[in-house]
Parts: sequence; structure tokens; C-alpha cells
Amino acid sequence: MIFKADMHIHSVLSPCGDIEMSPSAIVAKAKERGMDIIGLTDHNSTLNADVTRRLGEQVGLHVLMGAEVTTKEEVHCLCFMPTVEKLAEFQAFLDSRVIFFENDVDRFGYQLVVDEDENVLDQVPHLLINALDLPMMELSQKVYEMGGIFIPAHVDRPTFSMSSQLGFVPTGLKFHALELSYYAKRNNYKFLDDCPWFSDFNFIQSSDAHFIEDIAKIHSVLEMPSFSFDNFKDALRQGEPVIL
Amino acid sequence: MTVKDIIEKLELKCLNEANLFTEVTGAYASDLLSDVMGNARAGQIWVTMQTHKNVSAIASLKDLPAIILVHGAVPDIDMLEHAREEEVCVLVSKEATFQVCGKLYALIG
Repeated sequence: MIFKADMHIHSVLSPCGDIEMSPSAIVAKAKERGMDIIGLTDHNSTLNADVTRRLGEQVGLHVLMGAEVTTKEEVHCLCFMPTVEKLAEFQAFLDSRVIFFENDVDRFGYQLVVDEDENVLDQVPHLLINALDLPMMELSQKVYEMGGIFIPAHVDRPTFSMSSQLGFVPTGLKFHALELSYYAKRNNYKFLDDCPWFSDFNFIQSSDAHFIEDIAKIHSVLEMPSFSFDNFKDALRQGEPVIL
Repeated sequence: MTVKDIIEKLELKCLNEANLFTEVTGAYASDLLSDVMGNARAGQIWVTMQTHKNVSAIASLKDLPAIILVHGAVPDIDMLEHAREEEVCVLVSKEATFQVCGKLYALIG
């Protein structure tokens, strides 16, 4: 079966996420745009992921629960967890590595934890876009140990990416795929001409939506017998790039 | 020593005039935003090669009067726009971080 997936979406929990990006609005828009799978990936926090998954379940949209983690090197990495229990454990791990810097709401925006009905349950006090005290290599190891999925984000971008911060793929770094941003040209990977050392890997491409209209403006296509977390992981590992 | 004095002594190109007569208390050189957020002090000039919008956001947040981009770096348009809104002085040196910092240290270290 073919599945359409947009694996990089921010909610109102991300300070830069638009105030309209509630879990219910995200699920409705992704469904309207024909997605089968989405990833909920707020900066350094998973706290809106489970509610998004539950809302998705009601309308037949699979939601992978995760976060876009900013490592010590200031590389953004998508991390997904297989179960609610693992997600809570991963959240505690992220919390233990926070470099506390108070969020200035006027400058950066609100960081809201919300429920199904868009009621605000909590505001995260520390600035979520700050780096964690966590090297990328250790983050990858932790995600693999926990049975999760690890994808360095928007590797074609000039900021907060593996290419901008490191300029290479570290030897021994494990990941399931690399993500290309909306800006990487489809079918004409100019980025790969500039950075040929990335060509050997599997790619997904996602929207990195911070605004409702950006959801699924680009997506990846994956083939698997039926949807499950592990099937998704296997689909990412297939020999050919999964992007169509 | 004011921002204007430093522009003249280091022969910097000024892309956004702001805080020209602000007294500079020191300098901080780093390309990691989290490091600057944690360790830079108000009144310091920030020396960096990063050129994106978050750079002017951090400078404004930390009350850093000016940013010196090294090695002829070209700021992103939205970095400059943000610097204008937030009144952060954006300067460019042809020289690399080592030379810029050496000169700054001689002046205000």
C-alpha cells in the first residue's frame, strides 16, 4: 500500500508555530490535503503529540509522535517514539538536558500545551528553540535504544542543519533517513550536486509547517504492507529514496 | 569606546545604523546561539559568522548593541529587516574572527 506522509509539523507548542496550529486544526488540514501519516514535531518537546495522535485516530490519520530536537551543535533532528510510554520517557530525557533560558513571549511567541478542544493546559516556561545539552551522536543512540526513528532535519538548509553546522555526515552516526526541506528542488537535487556525500542516503521531504496553509505543501510517499510504526521504519530503510 | 569608534578603528562596513553612540563594554565571539544566549553580557559586541534572522533576535534579546559579521559574510534579508525593527547595528568585517577579536581586544579588552 502507498502512504502519503508529511513528517514535520509544528503546533502551538513551538514558539514560532502559528496560534492557529492546534492539534485539531492540524489533523483536519492534513486529512483535507489527503495525508495518511503526519509527524508532530515541536521544538524540543513532545507535549502536544499524544493528543494529536488521538485526534488523528478518530479520522483515520496516523500520527507519529515526536519532536524536532536541537542538539548541542544546533542541528535540528526529527525523533519519533513508538508508544505513549516511550514518548513520556523520551520527554523526561529531553527535560533533563534543558539549558534553561526563559521564553520571552513577545519576542518568540507562546508555547502552549493544549487539549482536544484547544483549551490551554500549560505554557512551557523555558525557550524551546534553544539548544539542549545533548550531542547529536548521543541523541541518535538514545533514540535507537528506545526503538524510535531518527531523521536529521532539512539537511539542505543553510541554518540549523547537519550540513550548516557540521558540513559532513559524522562517521558512525545512525539515522533512518535524512530530511529535505520544501526548498530542495524535487527531481533535480541541486543540493546533492553541491553536497555529493549526502547522495548515498534515503530521503524524505516534508513541509516543516508552522502555518496551517503550509501543511502537506510537500510530502513523501512510502510503501508498506499496512501502517505500523515498525513498518514505517522499514519503509524508510528501503534501498531507494522514498521520495516521489 | 562607542560603536561608532569601533566601526572607524576596525574599518567596518555598516549595514544597519543603530546604537552608534552606545558605549561598548566588551565583546563576545561565538557561532552557537545557545552559547551567546547563556554567556554574552549586555553591552557587548557580538562577533559571528552566522547570518540568519535568529542572530538579530538574540542580539536584541541580550541587549547587544552591534553584531560584527566576519569574513565578509552577507546577512540574510530577514536578518537585516529584523535588525532594523529591533535597532541592532549590523557590521561586516573583511577579516576573519581571529583578526577581528585581536583588534577588539587591543581596543577594549
